[in-house]
Amino acid sequence: MSDIYIVGIDMIPFVRKSGRTAAQLGAEAALLALDDCGLSIRDIEALYCGNVMRSHLMVGQRILHEIGETAIPVVNVSNACATGATAFREGLIGVSAGLYDLVLTVGAEQMDSGLLALPGRPDGFVEEGELGSLTTPAMFSLIGNEHARHFGTTFEQFAKVAVKNHHHATFNPKAAIRRETPLEEVMASEMIAFPNTKLMCSINTDGAAAAVIASEAAARRLGLMNRAIRVRASELTSGAYTPREDALTDFNVVTQSCVRRAYEAAAVGPEDLALIELHDCFATAELLHYICLDG
Amino acid sequence: MQVKETNSQDSSIGVGHIFVPALPHILIDPNGDHALMGSRCSSCAAVIEGERLGCPACGERSSLEAVRLFRSGRIAAHTVVYRSYPGAKTPFVSVVVDLDGGGTIRGTLRDFDPLSELPADQRVEMIFRDSGQRNSAGRPFLCYYFVPEGSTAP
Repeated sequence: MSDIYIVGIDMIPFVRKSGRTAAQLGAEAALLALDDCGLSIRDIEALYCGNVMRSHLMVGQRILHEIGETAIPVVNVSNACATGATAFREGLIGVSAGLYDLVLTVGAEQMDSGLLALPGRPDGFVEEGELGSLTTPAMFSLIGNEHARHFGTTFEQFAKVAVKNHHHATFNPKAAIRRETPLEEVMASEMIAFPNTKLMCSINTDGAAAAVIASEAAARRLGLMNRAIRVRASELTSGAYTPREDALTDFNVVTQSCVRRAYEAAAVGPEDLALIELHDCFATAELLHYICLDG
Repeated sequence: MQVKETNSQDSSIGVGHIFVPALPHILIDPNGDHALMGSRCSSCAAVIEGERLGCPACGERSSLEAVRLFRSGRIAAHTVVYRSYPGAKTPFVSVVVDLDGGGTIRGTLRDFDPLSELPADQRVEMIFRDSGQRNSAGRPFLCYYFVPEGSTAP
Protein backbone atom coordinates (compact mmCIF):
# COMPACT_ATOMS: atom_id res chain seq x y z
CA MET A 1 0.00 0.00 0.00
CA SER A 2 1.40 3.40 -0.95
CA ASP A 3 1.56 6.07 1.74
CA ILE A 4 -1.93 7.15 2.64
CA TYR A 5 -2.89 9.59 5.35
CA ILE A 6 -5.72 10.56 7.61
CA VAL A 7 -5.79 14.36 7.41
CA GLY A 8 -9.01 15.05 9.32
CA ILE A 9 -11.02 13.00 11.78
CA ASP A 10 -13.73 13.57 14.35
CA MET A 11 -16.82 12.13 15.96
CA ILE A 12 -20.02 13.56 17.37
CA PRO A 13 -20.85 13.10 21.06
CA PHE A 14 -22.53 9.72 21.37
CA VAL A 15 -25.99 10.01 22.86
CA ARG A 16 -29.00 7.83 23.58
CA LYS A 17 -32.15 8.55 21.55
CA SER A 18 -30.76 11.53 19.70
CA GLY A 19 -33.96 12.18 17.78
CA ARG A 20 -31.87 12.51 14.61
CA THR A 21 -31.64 10.12 11.68
CA ALA A 22 -28.52 8.12 10.81
CA ALA A 23 -27.94 10.43 7.84
CA GLN A 24 -28.16 13.55 10.02
CA LEU A 25 -25.77 12.03 12.55
CA GLY A 26 -23.39 11.06 9.75
CA ALA A 27 -23.62 14.50 8.16
CA GLU A 28 -22.69 16.16 11.45
CA ALA A 29 -19.65 13.91 11.81
CA ALA A 30 -18.70 14.52 8.18
CA LEU A 31 -18.70 18.28 8.69
CA LEU A 32 -16.65 17.95 11.88
CA ALA A 33 -14.03 15.88 10.06
CA LEU A 34 -13.93 18.30 7.13
CA ASP A 35 -13.61 21.25 9.54
CA ASP A 36 -10.79 19.38 11.26
CA CYS A 37 -8.70 19.72 8.11
CA GLY A 38 -10.22 22.91 6.73
CA LEU A 39 -11.75 21.21 3.70
CA SER A 40 -15.19 21.26 2.10
CA ILE A 41 -17.39 18.50 0.71
CA ARG A 42 -16.55 20.03 -2.66
CA ASP A 43 -12.97 18.79 -2.23
CA ILE A 44 -14.04 15.20 -1.69
CA GLU A 45 -13.91 12.74 -4.58
CA ALA A 46 -15.75 9.76 -3.09
CA LEU A 47 -17.82 8.93 -0.02
CA TYR A 48 -17.81 5.63 1.85
CA CYS A 49 -20.60 5.38 4.37
CA GLY A 50 -20.87 2.65 6.99
CA ASN A 51 -24.30 1.89 8.46
CA VAL A 52 -26.09 -1.34 9.37
CA MET A 53 -29.53 -0.61 10.78
CA ARG A 54 -30.65 1.56 7.84
CA SER A 55 -28.44 0.00 5.18
CA HIS A 56 -31.31 -0.27 2.72
CA LEU A 57 -31.92 3.50 2.86
CA MET A 58 -28.79 4.80 1.08
CA VAL A 59 -27.48 6.65 4.09
CA GLY A 60 -24.41 7.91 2.18
CA GLN A 61 -26.50 9.64 -0.44
CA ARG A 62 -28.69 11.10 2.31
CA ILE A 63 -25.57 12.55 3.93
CA LEU A 64 -24.71 14.31 0.69
CA HIS A 65 -28.31 15.52 0.56
CA GLU A 66 -27.58 17.21 3.90
CA ILE A 67 -24.21 18.76 3.06
CA GLY A 68 -23.66 18.90 -0.70
CA GLU A 69 -24.89 16.74 -3.58
CA THR A 70 -21.68 16.84 -5.54
CA ALA A 71 -22.45 13.73 -7.59
CA ILE A 72 -19.42 11.86 -6.28
CA PRO A 73 -19.44 8.06 -6.07
CA VAL A 74 -21.07 6.79 -2.88
CA VAL A 75 -20.53 3.32 -1.50
CA ASN A 76 -22.75 2.24 1.38
CA VAL A 77 -21.10 -0.36 3.55
CA SER A 78 -22.69 -2.88 5.88
CA ASN A 79 -20.37 -5.40 7.51
CA ALA A 80 -21.72 -6.07 11.00
CA CYS A 81 -19.38 -4.96 13.77
CA ALA A 82 -16.67 -4.22 11.18
CA THR A 83 -18.86 -1.76 9.27
CA GLY A 84 -17.00 1.43 10.16
CA ALA A 85 -13.60 -0.16 9.72
CA THR A 86 -14.66 -1.58 6.37
CA ALA A 87 -15.91 1.79 5.13
CA PHE A 88 -12.60 3.28 6.19
CA ARG A 89 -10.68 0.48 4.46
CA GLU A 90 -12.60 0.91 1.23
CA GLY A 91 -11.63 4.55 1.30
CA LEU A 92 -7.98 3.56 1.70
CA ILE A 93 -8.30 1.16 -1.22
CA GLY A 94 -9.78 3.87 -3.44
CA VAL A 95 -6.86 6.18 -2.73
CA SER A 96 -4.28 3.39 -2.86
CA ALA A 97 -5.56 2.32 -6.26
CA GLY A 98 -4.99 5.81 -7.55
CA LEU A 99 -8.66 6.37 -8.27
CA TYR A 100 -8.97 9.28 -5.86
CA ASP A 101 -6.73 11.67 -3.92
CA LEU A 102 -9.23 12.70 -1.24
CA VAL A 103 -12.09 10.63 0.13
CA LEU A 104 -14.48 10.92 3.04
CA THR A 105 -15.35 7.90 5.16
CA VAL A 106 -18.24 8.04 7.60
CA GLY A 107 -19.81 5.66 10.08
CA ALA A 108 -23.22 6.42 11.56
CA GLU A 109 -25.75 4.47 13.53
CA GLN A 110 -29.10 5.36 15.04
CA MET A 111 -30.26 2.59 17.34
CA ASP A 112 -33.77 1.75 18.44
CA SER A 113 -34.33 0.28 21.92
CA GLY A 114 -33.93 -3.30 22.93
CA LEU A 115 -31.75 -6.25 22.05
CA LEU A 116 -30.57 -6.55 18.48
CA ALA A 117 -32.91 -8.99 16.78
CA LEU A 118 -33.15 -10.79 13.47
CA PRO A 119 -36.34 -10.32 11.47
CA GLY A 120 -39.17 -12.67 12.37
CA ARG A 121 -39.45 -15.88 10.37
CA PRO A 122 -42.09 -15.95 7.63
CA ASP A 123 -43.65 -19.08 9.15
CA GLY A 124 -43.94 -17.32 12.50
CA PHE A 125 -41.79 -19.72 14.51
CA VAL A 126 -39.97 -17.92 17.31
CA GLU A 127 -36.54 -19.49 17.71
CA GLU A 128 -35.50 -17.70 20.89
CA GLY A 129 -35.63 -20.03 23.84
CA GLU A 130 -36.34 -23.03 21.59
CA LEU A 131 -33.02 -23.23 19.77
CA GLY A 132 -31.05 -21.82 22.64
CA SER A 133 -30.59 -18.07 22.56
CA LEU A 134 -29.93 -15.92 19.53
CA THR A 135 -29.31 -12.72 21.47
CA THR A 136 -25.88 -11.15 21.20
CA PRO A 137 -25.32 -11.12 24.98
CA ALA A 138 -25.94 -14.88 25.03
CA MET A 139 -23.60 -15.40 22.08
CA PHE A 140 -20.76 -13.65 23.89
CA SER A 141 -21.62 -15.24 27.21
CA LEU A 142 -21.28 -18.68 25.63
CA ILE A 143 -17.73 -17.97 24.52
CA GLY A 144 -16.98 -16.36 27.89
CA ASN A 145 -18.09 -19.53 29.64
CA GLU A 146 -16.05 -21.64 27.24
CA HIS A 147 -13.06 -19.48 28.19
CA ALA A 148 -13.87 -20.01 31.85
CA ARG A 149 -13.98 -23.79 31.39
CA HIS A 150 -10.51 -23.78 29.82
CA PHE A 151 -8.77 -21.13 31.90
CA GLY A 152 -10.81 -20.78 35.08
CA THR A 153 -11.75 -17.17 34.25
CA THR A 154 -14.14 -15.82 36.87
CA PHE A 155 -17.23 -13.64 36.72
CA GLU A 156 -15.28 -11.05 38.67
CA GLN A 157 -12.44 -11.00 36.16
CA PHE A 158 -14.86 -10.42 33.30
CA ALA A 159 -16.62 -7.71 35.31
CA LYS A 160 -13.36 -5.81 35.81
CA VAL A 161 -13.30 -5.13 32.06
CA ALA A 162 -16.46 -3.03 32.43
CA VAL A 163 -15.04 -1.20 35.46
CA LYS A 164 -12.00 -0.23 33.39
CA ASN A 165 -13.95 0.87 30.34
CA HIS A 166 -16.41 2.96 32.27
CA HIS A 167 -13.46 4.57 34.02
CA HIS A 168 -11.96 5.44 30.64
CA ALA A 169 -15.28 6.98 29.60
CA THR A 170 -15.02 9.53 32.39
CA PHE A 171 -12.08 11.02 30.44
CA ASN A 172 -13.97 11.14 27.16
CA PRO A 173 -16.30 14.14 26.74
CA LYS A 174 -17.91 12.41 23.75
CA ALA A 175 -18.89 9.22 25.58
CA ALA A 176 -22.63 8.75 26.05
CA ILE A 177 -22.26 7.81 29.70
CA ARG A 178 -19.42 9.07 31.86
CA ARG A 179 -19.85 7.41 35.22
CA GLU A 180 -17.56 5.26 37.31
CA THR A 181 -19.03 1.82 37.99
CA PRO A 182 -17.37 0.03 40.92
CA LEU A 183 -16.88 -3.72 40.64
CA GLU A 184 -19.67 -4.53 43.10
CA GLU A 185 -22.11 -2.43 41.11
CA VAL A 186 -21.13 -4.10 37.82
CA MET A 187 -21.56 -7.59 39.28
CA ALA A 188 -24.83 -6.71 40.97
CA SER A 189 -26.47 -5.09 37.96
CA GLU A 190 -29.17 -7.05 36.15
CA MET A 191 -27.89 -10.37 34.83
CA ILE A 192 -28.58 -10.63 31.12
CA ALA A 193 -26.89 -13.95 30.25
CA PHE A 194 -24.33 -15.28 32.69
CA PRO A 195 -21.74 -13.88 33.18
CA ASN A 196 -22.63 -10.66 31.33
CA THR A 197 -24.65 -8.25 33.47
CA LYS A 198 -26.28 -5.14 32.06
CA LEU A 199 -23.23 -3.01 32.90
CA MET A 200 -21.05 -5.49 31.02
CA CYS A 201 -23.03 -5.02 27.82
CA SER A 202 -22.62 -2.13 25.40
CA ILE A 203 -25.74 0.01 25.32
CA ASN A 204 -27.86 1.24 22.44
CA THR A 205 -26.60 4.67 21.46
CA ASP A 206 -26.67 6.99 18.48
CA GLY A 207 -23.33 8.11 17.14
CA ALA A 208 -21.23 8.94 14.13
CA ALA A 209 -17.60 9.45 13.19
CA ALA A 210 -15.82 10.46 10.01
CA ALA A 211 -12.31 10.54 8.59
CA VAL A 212 -10.84 12.32 5.58
CA ILE A 213 -8.26 10.17 3.79
CA ALA A 214 -5.69 11.69 1.45
CA SER A 215 -2.95 10.52 -0.85
CA GLU A 216 0.49 11.90 -0.02
CA ALA A 217 0.30 14.17 -3.05
CA ALA A 218 -3.00 15.64 -1.92
CA ALA A 219 -1.82 16.05 1.67
CA ARG A 220 1.25 17.96 0.46
CA ARG A 221 -0.70 20.04 -2.04
CA LEU A 222 -3.14 21.10 0.69
CA GLY A 223 -0.43 21.82 3.24
CA LEU A 224 -1.74 19.14 5.58
CA MET A 225 1.37 16.97 5.99
CA ASN A 226 2.12 18.48 9.41
CA ARG A 227 -1.09 16.96 10.78
CA ALA A 228 -1.32 13.91 8.54
CA ILE A 229 -1.34 10.47 10.20
CA ARG A 230 -0.01 7.69 8.00
CA VAL A 231 -2.03 4.51 7.82
CA ARG A 232 0.40 1.61 8.05
CA ALA A 233 -2.07 -1.25 7.67
CA SER A 234 -5.71 -2.05 7.28
CA GLU A 235 -6.66 -5.70 7.15
CA LEU A 236 -10.00 -7.43 6.86
CA THR A 237 -10.80 -11.09 7.40
CA SER A 238 -13.93 -13.21 7.54
CA GLY A 239 -14.48 -16.23 9.74
CA ALA A 240 -12.71 -19.37 8.65
CA TYR A 241 -14.64 -22.62 9.05
CA THR A 242 -14.61 -24.07 12.57
CA PRO A 243 -16.34 -27.32 13.49
CA ARG A 244 -18.55 -25.63 16.10
CA GLU A 245 -19.55 -22.63 14.02
CA ASP A 246 -23.20 -23.64 13.66
CA ALA A 247 -23.58 -23.24 17.41
CA LEU A 248 -20.65 -21.27 18.78
CA THR A 249 -19.09 -18.48 16.77
CA ASP A 250 -15.31 -18.48 17.12
CA PHE A 251 -14.30 -14.84 17.27
CA ASN A 252 -10.70 -15.62 18.10
CA VAL A 253 -9.82 -17.37 14.86
CA VAL A 254 -10.98 -14.50 12.68
CA THR A 255 -9.52 -11.84 14.98
CA GLN A 256 -6.16 -13.50 15.40
CA SER A 257 -5.63 -14.02 11.70
CA CYS A 258 -6.52 -10.41 11.03
CA VAL A 259 -4.18 -9.12 13.72
CA ARG A 260 -1.33 -11.20 12.28
CA ARG A 261 -1.90 -9.78 8.81
CA ALA A 262 -2.02 -6.23 10.19
CA TYR A 263 1.19 -6.66 12.18
CA GLU A 264 2.90 -8.09 9.10
CA ALA A 265 1.66 -5.35 6.78
CA ALA A 266 2.66 -2.63 9.24
CA ALA A 267 5.91 -4.34 10.25
CA VAL A 268 5.11 -3.94 13.96
CA GLY A 269 4.50 -6.29 16.87
CA PRO A 270 2.35 -5.91 19.97
CA GLU A 271 5.35 -4.62 21.89
CA ASP A 272 5.45 -1.57 19.59
CA LEU A 273 1.93 -0.44 20.40
CA ALA A 274 1.23 2.42 22.79
CA LEU A 275 -2.56 2.36 22.48
CA ILE A 276 -5.08 -0.30 21.49
CA GLU A 277 -8.70 0.44 20.81
CA LEU A 278 -10.48 -2.86 21.22
CA HIS A 279 -14.11 -3.58 20.45
CA ASP A 280 -15.82 -4.27 23.77
CA CYS A 281 -19.34 -5.13 22.75
CA PHE A 282 -19.48 -7.28 25.88
CA ALA A 283 -16.99 -7.63 28.72
CA THR A 284 -16.43 -11.31 27.88
CA ALA A 285 -15.60 -10.44 24.26
CA GLU A 286 -12.89 -8.00 25.21
CA LEU A 287 -11.12 -10.35 27.54
CA LEU A 288 -11.13 -13.11 24.95
CA HIS A 289 -9.66 -10.78 22.33
CA TYR A 290 -6.62 -9.93 24.43
CA ILE A 291 -4.98 -13.19 23.48
CA CYS A 292 -5.49 -12.40 19.80
CA LEU A 293 -3.26 -9.35 20.16
CA ASP A 294 -0.23 -11.61 20.47
CA GLY A 295 -0.61 -12.13 16.75
CA MET B 1 -26.43 -46.59 19.11
CA GLN B 2 -27.92 -43.31 18.09
CA VAL B 3 -31.63 -44.02 17.99
CA LYS B 4 -34.15 -44.70 20.73
CA GLU B 5 -37.21 -46.68 19.72
CA THR B 6 -39.48 -44.74 22.02
CA ASN B 7 -38.90 -41.95 24.47
CA SER B 8 -41.38 -41.34 27.21
CA GLN B 9 -40.36 -37.67 27.32
CA ASP B 10 -41.17 -37.32 23.65
CA SER B 11 -44.68 -35.92 23.29
CA SER B 12 -44.81 -36.45 19.57
CA ILE B 13 -45.26 -40.21 19.19
CA GLY B 14 -47.86 -41.24 16.67
CA VAL B 15 -48.83 -37.76 15.55
CA GLY B 16 -45.99 -37.12 13.14
CA HIS B 17 -48.36 -36.24 10.35
CA ILE B 18 -49.66 -33.22 12.26
CA PHE B 19 -46.35 -31.61 13.15
CA VAL B 20 -44.36 -29.21 11.03
CA PRO B 21 -40.61 -29.02 11.61
CA ALA B 22 -39.29 -25.96 13.41
CA LEU B 23 -36.26 -26.21 11.11
CA PRO B 24 -36.17 -27.61 7.57
CA HIS B 25 -33.62 -30.23 8.59
CA ILE B 26 -35.73 -31.69 11.38
CA LEU B 27 -36.95 -34.96 9.93
CA ILE B 28 -40.36 -35.90 11.27
CA ASP B 29 -41.04 -39.63 11.38
CA PRO B 30 -44.64 -40.92 11.71
CA ASN B 31 -43.44 -43.50 14.24
CA GLY B 32 -41.72 -40.90 16.40
CA ASP B 33 -38.17 -41.72 15.30
CA HIS B 34 -37.45 -38.10 14.50
CA ALA B 35 -34.02 -36.88 13.56
CA LEU B 36 -31.96 -33.79 13.13
CA MET B 37 -30.38 -34.07 9.71
CA GLY B 38 -26.91 -32.97 8.83
CA SER B 39 -24.33 -33.46 6.14
CA ARG B 40 -21.01 -35.23 6.12
CA CYS B 41 -18.32 -34.32 3.61
CA SER B 42 -16.85 -37.31 1.83
CA SER B 43 -13.77 -35.27 1.05
CA CYS B 44 -12.76 -33.80 4.42
CA ALA B 45 -15.07 -35.64 6.87
CA ALA B 46 -16.58 -32.44 8.28
CA VAL B 47 -20.01 -32.92 9.81
CA ILE B 48 -22.36 -29.95 9.72
CA GLU B 49 -25.94 -29.22 10.55
CA GLY B 50 -28.47 -29.21 7.74
CA GLU B 51 -27.57 -28.83 4.10
CA ARG B 52 -25.26 -26.55 2.14
CA LEU B 53 -24.53 -26.07 -1.53
CA GLY B 54 -20.88 -26.92 -0.97
CA CYS B 55 -18.73 -28.02 1.95
CA PRO B 56 -17.99 -25.00 4.17
CA ALA B 57 -14.91 -26.71 5.57
CA CYS B 58 -13.07 -27.57 2.35
CA GLY B 59 -15.07 -25.91 -0.41
CA GLU B 60 -15.70 -29.14 -2.33
CA ARG B 61 -18.82 -29.36 -4.47
CA SER B 62 -20.98 -32.49 -4.56
CA SER B 63 -19.18 -34.07 -1.61
CA LEU B 64 -21.85 -33.63 1.06
CA GLU B 65 -23.90 -36.67 2.04
CA ALA B 66 -27.01 -36.48 4.17
CA VAL B 67 -26.64 -38.02 7.61
CA ARG B 68 -28.82 -38.36 10.68
CA LEU B 69 -27.04 -36.56 13.48
CA PHE B 70 -26.61 -38.53 16.69
CA ARG B 71 -29.12 -37.86 19.45
CA SER B 72 -26.50 -37.74 22.19
CA GLY B 73 -23.51 -35.63 23.02
CA ARG B 74 -21.69 -33.46 25.53
CA ILE B 75 -22.16 -29.83 26.50
CA ALA B 76 -19.24 -27.76 25.20
CA ALA B 77 -20.50 -24.41 26.49
CA HIS B 78 -23.63 -22.99 28.02
CA THR B 79 -25.12 -19.79 29.40
CA VAL B 80 -28.14 -19.10 31.55
CA VAL B 81 -30.25 -16.46 29.81
CA TYR B 82 -32.11 -14.16 32.16
CA ARG B 83 -33.13 -11.40 29.81
CA SER B 84 -34.21 -11.91 26.24
CA TYR B 85 -36.64 -10.57 23.66
CA PRO B 86 -40.11 -9.51 24.83
CA GLY B 87 -42.23 -12.59 25.43
CA ALA B 88 -39.35 -15.03 25.88
CA LYS B 89 -39.68 -17.17 28.99
CA THR B 90 -36.62 -16.77 31.16
CA PRO B 91 -34.46 -18.00 32.71
CA PHE B 92 -33.48 -20.75 30.31
CA VAL B 93 -30.25 -22.51 29.51
CA SER B 94 -28.74 -22.12 26.06
CA VAL B 95 -26.32 -24.97 25.36
CA VAL B 96 -23.76 -25.80 22.73
CA VAL B 97 -23.55 -29.56 22.29
CA ASP B 98 -20.82 -31.57 20.59
CA LEU B 99 -22.86 -34.45 19.23
CA ASP B 100 -21.46 -37.94 19.23
CA GLY B 101 -20.45 -38.77 15.70
CA GLY B 102 -19.92 -35.15 14.72
CA GLY B 103 -21.70 -31.86 14.48
CA THR B 104 -22.07 -29.15 17.10
CA ILE B 105 -25.56 -27.84 17.72
CA ARG B 106 -27.02 -25.01 19.79
CA GLY B 107 -30.20 -25.73 21.70
CA THR B 108 -32.17 -25.27 24.87
CA LEU B 109 -31.62 -27.52 27.88
CA ARG B 110 -34.89 -28.80 29.28
CA ASP B 111 -35.88 -30.87 32.33
CA PHE B 112 -33.23 -28.97 34.24
CA ASP B 113 -33.49 -26.17 36.80
CA PRO B 114 -31.72 -23.24 35.06
CA LEU B 115 -30.53 -21.91 38.38
CA SER B 116 -28.83 -25.10 39.50
CA GLU B 117 -25.23 -26.06 38.88
CA LEU B 118 -24.52 -27.65 35.52
CA PRO B 119 -21.66 -30.15 35.80
CA ALA B 120 -18.75 -29.64 33.42
CA ASP B 121 -18.95 -31.84 30.29
CA GLN B 122 -22.51 -32.85 31.13
CA ARG B 123 -23.72 -35.48 28.67
CA VAL B 124 -27.10 -34.82 27.10
CA GLU B 125 -29.67 -36.50 24.91
CA MET B 126 -31.57 -34.86 22.09
CA ILE B 127 -35.33 -35.19 22.24
CA PHE B 128 -38.11 -33.84 20.10
CA ARG B 129 -41.16 -32.13 21.53
CA ASP B 130 -44.11 -30.01 20.61
CA SER B 131 -42.67 -26.51 20.91
CA GLY B 132 -46.07 -25.15 21.90
CA GLN B 133 -46.02 -22.82 18.92
CA ARG B 134 -48.48 -23.11 16.06
CA ASN B 135 -48.16 -22.08 12.44
CA SER B 136 -50.80 -20.05 10.64
CA ALA B 137 -52.71 -23.25 9.83
CA GLY B 138 -52.74 -24.20 13.49
CA ARG B 139 -50.23 -27.02 13.12
CA PRO B 140 -47.72 -27.47 15.93
CA PHE B 141 -44.02 -26.92 15.36
CA LEU B 142 -41.84 -29.84 16.39
CA CYS B 143 -38.47 -28.83 17.73
CA TYR B 144 -35.43 -30.55 19.24
CA TYR B 145 -34.24 -29.94 22.79
CA PHE B 146 -31.57 -31.37 25.02
CA VAL B 147 -32.08 -33.08 28.37
CA PRO B 148 -29.43 -34.30 30.80
CA GLU B 149 -28.44 -37.88 30.02
CA GLY B 150 -30.33 -40.37 32.08
CA SER B 151 -33.33 -38.12 32.71
CA THR B 152 -35.41 -39.87 30.04
CA ALA B 153 -36.93 -43.29 30.66
CA PRO B 154 -35.03 -46.23 29.07
